[in-house]
Amino acid sequence: MESFYSSHWILSVLLALPLLGAVACQMAPERKAGQVALWVTVLEFALSVPLFFTFETGTAAFQSFGAVPWIEAWGIQYAVGVDGISLLLVLLTTLTMPLAVASSFRYVDRHQKAYYTLLLLLQTGMLGVFTALDLFLFYVFWEVMLIPMYFLIGIWGGERRIYSAIKFFLFTAVGSLLMLVAIAGLVYLYYQQTGAVSFAYRDLVQLQIARGTQFWLFGAFALAFAIKVPLFPLHTWLPDAHVEAPTAGSVILAGVLLKTGIYGFLRFGLPFFSHAATHPAVVGTFLTLGLVGILYAAWVAAVQPDVKSLIAYTSIAHLGFVVLGIFALNPQGMEGGILQMVNHGLSTGALFLLVGMIYERRHTRLIEEFGGLARVMPFFAFSFVVVALSSIGLPATNGFVGEFLILLGTFRSHPVVATLAATGVIFAAYYMLPMVQRVVLNPLEKEENEELEDLDARERAIIVPLLALILLIGVYPNPFLDRTSASAGDLIRRVEERSQAAPLGAATGRAELAFDGVAVLPDDGDGGEGPGMTGPVSVETGE
Amino acid sequence: MSVPPEYLPLSLVVSATLFTIGVGGVLLRRNAIIIFLCIELMLNAVNLTFVAFARQLGVDGQVFVFFVMAVAAAEAAVGLAIIISVFRHYEMVDVERFDLLKW
Amino acid sequence: MEMIPALGSALAGLLQEAAHGAAGAAGQGAAHGAGQAAGDHGGSFTPILPGLILLIPLIGAAVNGLGAFLWRDRRLVPSWVGPLAVGGAFAVVLANFLRMLETGAAGPAVVTLWSWLSVGGLEVGVDLLFDRLSMVMMLVVTGVSTVIHVYSAGYMRDDPGISRFFAYLNLFVFFMLVLVMGGNFPVTFVGWEGVGLCSYLLIGFWYENAEYSSAGKKAFIVNRIGDFGFLVAMFLLFAMFGTLDYVPIIESAADELAYGGITVTAVTLLLLLACTGKSAQIPLYTWLPDAMAGPTPVSALIHAATMVTAGVYLVARSGVLFAMAPMSQAAVATVGAGTALFAATIALKQYDIKKVLAYSTISQLGYMFLAVGVGAYTAGIFHLTTHAFFKALLFLGAGAVIHSVEHAFHEQGHHGDPNDMRSHGGLMSVMPVTGTTMWAATLAIAGVFPFAGFFSKDEIIWYAGSYGYPILWGVSLVAAVLTAAYMARLMFMTFHGENRTDEAAGQGASSALHEAPAVMTVPLVILAVLSVVGGWIQIPEALPLPHVSWLHDWLHPAVEPALAVAEEHGVEAAHAAPLGGGEAVWAGVSLVLAVGGIVAGAAWVRSKEILVPERAADDRGLARVLNRKWYVDELYERVFVGPLLALSRACWRVVDDRIIDGAVNGLGYAGRALGWVGSRLQSGRIGTYVLVFTLGVLAVLGGLVL
Repeated sequence: MESFYSSHWILSVLLALPLLGAVACQMAPERKAGQVALWVTVLEFALSVPLFFTFETGTAAFQSFGAVPWIEAWGIQYAVGVDGISLLLVLLTTLTMPLAVASSFRYVDRHQKAYYTLLLLLQTGMLGVFTALDLFLFYVFWEVMLIPMYFLIGIWGGERRIYSAIKFFLFTAVGSLLMLVAIAGLVYLYYQQTGAVSFAYRDLVQLQIARGTQFWLFGAFALAFAIKVPLFPLHTWLPDAHVEAPTAGSVILAGVLLKTGIYGFLRFGLPFFSHAATHPAVVGTFLTLGLVGILYAAWVAAVQPDVKSLIAYTSIAHLGFVVLGIFALNPQGMEGGILQMVNHGLSTGALFLLVGMIYERRHTRLIEEFGGLARVMPFFAFSFVVVALSSIGLPATNGFVGEFLILLGTFRSHPVVATLAATGVIFAAYYMLPMVQRVVLNPLEKEENEELEDLDARERAIIVPLLALILLIGVYPNPFLDRTSASAGDLIRRVEERSQAAPLGAATGRAELAFDGVAVLPDDGDGGEGPGMTGPVSVETGE
Repeated sequence: MSVPPEYLPLSLVVSATLFTIGVGGVLLRRNAIIIFLCIELMLNAVNLTFVAFARQLGVDGQVFVFFVMAVAAAEAAVGLAIIISVFRHYEMVDVERFDLLKW
Repeated sequence: MEMIPALGSALAGLLQEAAHGAAGAAGQGAAHGAGQAAGDHGGSFTPILPGLILLIPLIGAAVNGLGAFLWRDRRLVPSWVGPLAVGGAFAVVLANFLRMLETGAAGPAVVTLWSWLSVGGLEVGVDLLFDRLSMVMMLVVTGVSTVIHVYSAGYMRDDPGISRFFAYLNLFVFFMLVLVMGGNFPVTFVGWEGVGLCSYLLIGFWYENAEYSSAGKKAFIVNRIGDFGFLVAMFLLFAMFGTLDYVPIIESAADELAYGGITVTAVTLLLLLACTGKSAQIPLYTWLPDAMAGPTPVSALIHAATMVTAGVYLVARSGVLFAMAPMSQAAVATVGAGTALFAATIALKQYDIKKVLAYSTISQLGYMFLAVGVGAYTAGIFHLTTHAFFKALLFLGAGAVIHSVEHAFHEQGHHGDPNDMRSHGGLMSVMPVTGTTMWAATLAIAGVFPFAGFFSKDEIIWYAGSYGYPILWGVSLVAAVLTAAYMARLMFMTFHGENRTDEAAGQGASSALHEAPAVMTVPLVILAVLSVVGGWIQIPEALPLPHVSWLHDWLHPAVEPALAVAEEHGVEAAHAAPLGGGEAVWAGVSLVLAVGGIVAGAAWVRSKEILVPERAADDRGLARVLNRKWYVDELYERVFVGPLLALSRACWRVVDDRIIDGAVNGLGYAGRALGWVGSRLQSGRIGTYVLVFTLGVLAVLGGLVL
C-alpha cells in the first residue's frame, strides 16, 4: 500500500484508469455508458484520496515519482510525480470528475457513449498535465485536454455552440503552439549547452538561460498560460465557452482547466525563466492584468443577464486573485494562490452544478426567468446561498482563506496593488448578491417556477460534499496549506536565487547567438494576441 | 540505346518542339481527349530529354523515364476513366463548358 | 493522515473541557483545557468552558436550521431551542464573569482552540480573548440576546419560517460572540462579516418581498465597503507587527509605532471606515434605516443592541492604535458627533415608528463614537451598554405596537402600513405595559435623571467638552435636545391623543388592538428595569449622589494601555467645560435640555391635527427635506450606484463585445475575406488553370534565367 502510493504506479494507474474506462464506455450499451463512467471516476477518486494522506509534508521533492524512457533518441521520458503544487490539483480533478459525470445523467440524452468517453479522456489529459514531468509528455497531455473539451462544447453545447467551440479552440491553440515552439527552443538550448537532447523537467529546469532569451521563451509560455487562466484581454473565450458548454463541461472548465494556466506558471514559467518572471516590468504587467481582471470582470459580471456567463466572469475575477498571489512571490501569496485554485474549483464548480440543476428543470439560464425559488426549492436555495457566499469570500468559508492569504501576501510586496485588489471584495458582493436575490429570493412571479421540485437525492449527493469541503477549508485549512508550503517555499527560494544567477546575454554568447534564430518565431503571434505581453518583452529585447 | 553526344542538341530541339506543341495543345484545344493527348506529348518530350542527357550524366535519367512512363500509364487510366464518366453524364467533353472545379 | 487527529483533538479538547466543567472542576487552566496551544498572557484568569460559549448557540443554529428543513410545522421546537441556546451561552458567560469578579483577575487570557492559518510568518489561531472589555461585551450580547430571543418566541409564533428565523438568530449570536471574543483581528473579522451575513439574512427574512430582499442586499454591500477597510488595515498591521494578535500588538504598539505617524493613522482611518459601515455612521449609514425591513426583534437585537455597536467595540479594542493617531481620533469624534446630529434631524420627521428608532440608533451610535474618539473609551462602552437596554426595549415595544396594529388592520382587511405612527395614537389605554415601559426607555434615551441614559450620555458630553473638542461638545448638546424631542414626538403620536386606527382601517379596527402576551411583555419589563438602573454602575463624583465608579474600575485594565499612551503625549482632560462650569453644572444643564426637548416635542405633536397616511398632505420645505432624509440615498444613487452600473454596462457592451471580441472576430473575418478573394481566382475552368499554371512556370523559369 505505502509503496504503491510512493511509487509512480499510483499516478500511472490514475492516468490509465480513465483511458480503460473510455474503452469500457465504448463497449457498454448506450444507456449504460454513464454508469460505467460514474463508477470509473468514483473508483479513480477513491484511489486518489490516500495520496493526500501519504503525501509527505515538509519536502519540496517530487513524490510518487517515476521516469521511464519513452523515445530515447530524443530524450523523451514518461516521467510523472506530484509535489505540493500539483497534489491538490490532482485531487481536485479526481473529485470534480464524478460530480461532473453524475450531473450529466439528465442533461445528456444523445450520443451518450461518445460523451462519457470524451469526459474520461479529458480526465486523463488533465491529470497528465498536472503530473507530467517531461515537457514532451506535458505537451501531449496539454493537447489531449483541449480536444475533448472542444467536442464537448461543440456537440452537446447550447445554441451558439459552434462559435464558442471554435473560439475556445483557436484561443487555446494559438497559445499552445507558441508554447510548443518555446519547448523546442528550450530543448535546443539544452542541446547547445550539454550536447545531449532531453525533454525531462529535471534537466530543463537546471538550464541556465541568458537573460535576453528568457523573455522570449517566457513570453511564449506565458501567453499560452495567460490564455488558459484567462488574463484580462485574453478572456473573451471563457464566457462564451461556459455559457454554451453542457453543465459538466462548465464544471470541468472552471474547476480544473483554468487552473492548468496557473499551474503552468508555477511549474514552468517561474522556475524556468526566473529572471524574466521576476523582472519588475513583467511582474508589473501581470499584477496589473490580474488587478484589472478582478475589477473589470466583477463589473461585467454584475450586468450579465445569464447566470452562467455571470459565473464565468466571476471566474476571471477569482483567477485574477490567484495571479496576484503567485506573482507576489512570498509564502502567503503563493500558498493562498494554490489554495484559492482549489477553492475556486469547489465553489465555482458547485455554482455551475446548481445552475445546471435549475437549467434541467426550466431550460433557461436567464436570471430574470427565476425569482423566489427559495419557497419551492429550499435546499437548492440553501446550497446556492452558501456557495455564493463562499464565492465572494465570506469568512469561515474557503473563499476567505484564499483571498485573505493572497491579499496579505500581495500587500507585503505590492501594497498599492493589494489595496486596489481588496476593493474586489466590495464588487464581489455587488455582482453576486443581486443575482442571488433575483434567483432565489424575491416573490415567485413566474408560473413555470411554481411546480419546480427541490433537489433530489442524486443532486444532493453531488452538492453536499462540496458544501462540506467549502466549510472545512474555511475553518481548518491547515492540512491543505501544510501540503503546499514546502513546495511553495522552495519555488520562491529557487526563483529568487535563479533570477539573480541568470547569465547575462554576453556571458554565454554562443548559446545566445545560436538561439536567436529560433527565438524570432514567437514574434508572430505575440504581436497580435497580447498587447499586455508585448510591452515588457519588447522593452527587454531592446536592451 | 543512348543517343550519341553529337545528337544531343538535335534531341533537345525535338524535345522542346514536342513540348511546345503539347503546351500549345493544352492551352488552345477544348476537347478533353485532345488535351489529354497533348499532356502525353509533354511527358514524352520530357522522357526524350532524360534519355538524351543520360549519356553524359549517368543511368539515372533512363531509370527516371520508367517512372514517368509508369505514372503516365496510371494517369492515362484514371484520366480516361474520368473523361468517359464525364462524357456519359454530359454527352460531350468540351472543357470550356465545365466550371465545377472550384473551392 | 494528520488532519483527522488534529480536528479530533480540537473537538476532544472542547468536549473534555465541557466534561470538566460539568463535573464542577473549577480552575482548570486554558493551557490544559480546550485545544492545543493555549497561551495565557499576563492575567491569571482562567476561563470556564470557553469553547462552549460559542458551541451552544452554534448547536442551536444547527438544530433550528435542520428543523427548517425537517419539521417545518413544529413551531414549539424552535421557540424553545432558540432561546435556550442563547440562555445557555449567557449562563456560561455569567459564570466566567462571576469568576473574573471574584478573583479580580484582569486578563487578558487567550484560549487557542486550534491553529487556523499558518503560512510563512503568519500565525493565526482560532483565539478567544477574555479580558474585562470582552467580558462586558459578552454579557451585554448574550444577556440582551436572551431577552430578545424569549420575546421573539412570542413575536414570531405564527410565522411559518420560525425555525429558519431562530436558526439565523442563533447563528447571529454565535458570530457576535466570535466578534467580541476574537483574540486577533482575523477572528474578529470572521465575526464581523458573520454578523453581517446574519443581518443580511434576517433583514431579508421575508424574502418574498422584493423590497426587503433589496434592503438586505444593500446592508451587505454597504458593509462590504467597510470590510474593505478592515482587510487593508489588517494587512498594514501585519506588515508592521508580523502578527495580528491583539495582545502583542497592544503591548508593543507604543514602542513600535511613531506617535501620529502615517502608518498608524492609515490603519486607524481604515478601521474607522470599517466601523462606519458596521455601526452605520456617516458616510455608510444608509443601510440601517432600510434594515428595518427585518422582523422587529431583529431590529432590536442586531440593528440596535449588538451588531451595530461592533464598531465602537473595535475602536475600544484597538484603543492603543487610535491613541497613537490623534488625527484619526479627531476623525472618529467628528464622524460621531456629526452623525449624532445629522441622524437626529432626520428622526424628527419620520412617520414610520421603526425608522424613527433606526435614525435614533444611528444618532446614539454617533455619541458612542464621539466618546471613543475623544479617548473616553469607558464612557463609550457605558453608553453602549445602557443603549443596548433602552434601545432594545424601544424596538421591542414598537414591535408590540406593530403587532397589535397589524392585527387590527388584518381584521379589517386593510393593507396599510402598521408601522406608520399616523395610524396609531392613544394606545396607552390598550397597551399600558408596553406604553409604560417604553416611557421608561424614552426618558432613558432622552437623558432624564435618574434613568440610565442620563449617566452615560452626560458622561460623553462632559468628556467631549473637557478633552478639548468645544465644537463637538456643542453639537452633542444640540443633538441631545433633538433626541428628547423626536422621542417625545414618537411617544405622543403613538400612545397619546386620539386613536386613529379606526380612521385608517375602518370602523371597529381599534377593538382588535390588544396588549402583547406575557412572553413579550416580560422581556419589556426586564429591559425597562435595566433601563432605569443600568446607569447606576457609574455615577460621577461631581453629582451630589453616592459616587459609583464600578465600570471605570472594571474596564481600567483593558483601556489602560490607550490611556497611558494619551497621558504620555500630554492629552489630558481639562476637567472643565468650554464655557466654564463643573461637571455638576453641565449635568444640570443637559437635564434641563432633555426635559425641554420632551416638552417641546409634546407641544409640537399637539400643535396640529395628525392626519392618517391616506389623507395626509406631503410635507413642504425643510420638513420635506428631513422626511426624505436629506436626499442622501438619491445622491448616492446618482453619484455611485448609477455610474457604477453604467461603467459595468460599458465594460461589457463596449470593451468586451466591441473592442476585444471585435478584434478577435475581426481576425476571423479578415481570414475569411482573404479566403473569399482567393476563391475568386478559382473559376473552375481547366483552361484558365492551365494558362495560369503555364504562365507561372514561365515566370519561374524566366526568373531563374535572369
